[in-house]
Amino acid sequence: MLSRTADHLYWMARYIERAENMARVLDVTYNMSLVPNAAESEAALWLPALEISGNVEAYADTYDAYTASNVIHYLALDMNNPSSIYSTLRSARENAHAVRVAMTTETWENINALWLEFGQFVGQDLAKSGLREFCDWVKARSHLFRGVCYGTMLRDDAFSFVRLGTFIERADNTARLLDVKYHLLLPKQEEIGGAVDYYEWSAVLRSVSSFQAYQKIYSDTIEPWRVAELLVLRRDMPRSLHACFDEITPILELLSGTRHTECKRLAGELHSKLRYGKMKDIFQHGLHEFLSDFVQSNNKLGVEIHKTFFSIAT
Amino acid sequence: MTNSLPTFFDEMQINIANTDTLNVREIYNAYQHWLKSIPKDLLDSKRQEAEVLFRRVGITFNVYGNDDGAERLIPFDVVPRILDAKEWAHLSAGAIQRVRALNMFLHDIYHEQHIIKAGVVPASVLTNAQYRPEMFGVNVPQQIYAHIAGIDLVRTSESQFYVLEDNLRTPSGVSYMLEDRKMMMRLFPELFRRYSVAPVDHYPQVLLKNLRAVAQSGVHEPTVVVLSPGAYNSAYFEHAFLAQQMGVELVEGQDLFVRNNAVYMRTTQGPQRIDVIYRRIDDDYLDPLVFNANSMLGVPGLLSVYRNGGVTLANAVGTGVADDKATYIHVPAMIKFYLDEEPILENVPTYELSKSDDLAYTLAHLDELVVKEVQGSGGYGMLVGPAASKQELEEFRIRILSKPANYIAQPTLALSTCPTLVEAGIAPRHVDLRPFVLSGKTVTLVPGALCRVAMKEGSLVVNSSQGGGTKDTWVLEEAIETPTTQQAEKVEELSC
Repeated sequence: MLSRTADHLYWMARYIERAENMARVLDVTYNMSLVPNAAESEAALWLPALEISGNVEAYADTYDAYTASNVIHYLALDMNNPSSIYSTLRSARENAHAVRVAMTTETWENINALWLEFGQFVGQDLAKSGLREFCDWVKARSHLFRGVCYGTMLRDDAFSFVRLGTFIERADNTARLLDVKYHLLLPKQEEIGGAVDYYEWSAVLRSVSSFQAYQKIYSDTIEPWRVAELLVLRRDMPRSLHACFDEITPILELLSGTRHTECKRLAGELHSKLRYGKMKDIFQHGLHEFLSDFVQSNNKLGVEIHKTFFSIAT
Repeated sequence: MTNSLPTFFDEMQINIANTDTLNVREIYNAYQHWLKSIPKDLLDSKRQEAEVLFRRVGITFNVYGNDDGAERLIPFDVVPRILDAKEWAHLSAGAIQRVRALNMFLHDIYHEQHIIKAGVVPASVLTNAQYRPEMFGVNVPQQIYAHIAGIDLVRTSESQFYVLEDNLRTPSGVSYMLEDRKMMMRLFPELFRRYSVAPVDHYPQVLLKNLRAVAQSGVHEPTVVVLSPGAYNSAYFEHAFLAQQMGVELVEGQDLFVRNNAVYMRTTQGPQRIDVIYRRIDDDYLDPLVFNANSMLGVPGLLSVYRNGGVTLANAVGTGVADDKATYIHVPAMIKFYLDEEPILENVPTYELSKSDDLAYTLAHLDELVVKEVQGSGGYGMLVGPAASKQELEEFRIRILSKPANYIAQPTLALSTCPTLVEAGIAPRHVDLRPFVLSGKTVTLVPGALCRVAMKEGSLVVNSSQGGGTKDTWVLEEAIETPTTQQAEKVEELSC
């Protein structure tokens, strides 16, 4: 298929996934704010939301205080923030518009409708009211997007690039979320088992729709290392790193065909670390080191995908 | 509808000679009958429904630089324009005849130039800015230049149609013909049971077949693409729509490159050779090495491959010389010259201001005439005498006098009106008609057309760039079921 088309489809899916993950972070952070004494201060509560999305510096350029109202606006609706949900959904729609031919009519109409519906939130003060509904809406639209792709698209390269975008982005987002949360909570490890800690970790689990899965798998108190295991190594957890690479590797093998591509090799390497790695070893080397290495390698994989499929030499 | 008698021919109702009554034209009987049977606000709610649907599908015009992502809709009118089989047979035969002659003309002026030698068309056509010397001696497959032609027709009476202009470069609007039909069938299925409307949705298939037929000889499975300036172009929806309907790639200049006398597209599996390009980019922007050097839209080297027969362009380069207003005057003569036939469709009587008699007449009657710039398009460089202010008339007079040969003049035509839903209800609005003629191994057109309507009361300018809307055009099949027609004839006073 046309390289530019593949590029747009891939990024369309990445932006939708990014918007969903941002909505999840906002949602759980907001829920935490309702738990008494959940954090030492408003700033301590909301700063991680900015850290996860890598927005701390850009935020500081515009705003002074880390208030709920500012952070929510900045991450949800700020038109000047390129990683706000507003901007990512807008980018998703622009990418879709540029290649509407390459997707089914239903997929295109779904994204177009998403953007038209977004209009209802613009200008709202979500911190005051409506944040839950907004986050639910973003998540639901993202589910709908994946569903309409899965249910209507021909299983050709276009479909593969859409799926590839989704899982590369999801892997990145899950790794960042876990890294920031784990990092923040570690100093308090001695207090594990406390009420706040329970809420904090259950919030992390909920943000990746894994709370119920955790209960089902471990039927035990929430332990940080188990949360990490769930989100890194468990292949049956749809948002875990392992599950993402269970999707990514075969897609890249399919797209590469008989070609020996660096992206295929790199994906295989990352995949095997997740497939054969042990939590104990990961902790011994440091979870933070592991996760930041992973985010870097995943980025590099994105670059290789670009080189191989989107910007081929003539 | 108002009860005052129209001074223009109306598609739906006609004057009964020497009386003050209006009668519904026979083909509109069933429609009129239906109109009386529906609740008063139905049409308006259907119009709103259509707007929501069009927005959802994204059948929109882009407004360049618009920041909030809002795109403009072309107004869609829910009242159809209806043509019967006989009217259509006349129009389609005329349009096909015209396009055949125009294609022969294009081949001729880029080769032997018989028509100039015979003195039928003046040699000045060769110095027209739209004449492309680069095309001289170039052979294009099947000798077809205008693979897609939009012929603009207007009607002034029951039997009188005129060709207003030929569009042979990158005529647009066919997606509206197709989408308007889809919309009408969705909104008013019961009307399609009353009328047997000839289908139009096979247009993309005919187009694809023709495009494949004009690949260079020896290519068995030609790769066809649609070349668009990109998502910010006002007609992007149409480019995407046609590519999707034909199942071919929609490409932009940046997706293509030239190597070893061939054009390739960049794909995820490496370069892929292209055989036929349905291009929706003007000549000037096609190849920065030959035409506009600043163009980012085109493909460097494309023209050289094209001239060597490495790729087919549809439409061909250099067709603009045949649809220019300076050439338009000569089309009836072309038809006689090449086909030895009488023109089926008439040209609008036209004054050539390069001739001193015509110039004198035009200047004396400026407030009655429409003056058009040659080598212009889009309804901008144009004077509509009866609608112009004194100052506008004077300004145009000076422009004409400074270069008379740049202008032609025509009588202000009494464009027919068609009932149209406006705020006050249904009212007559002026319309034109653009059928699309497709040339491949045969010259054909699907039974339908883009019908453009001037939504403003009294306005004669139907261009979408000037706020014009569109209507679905129904060409009726030979056999019309008539029970409702006969019933309708008994209730013949028209007042709603």
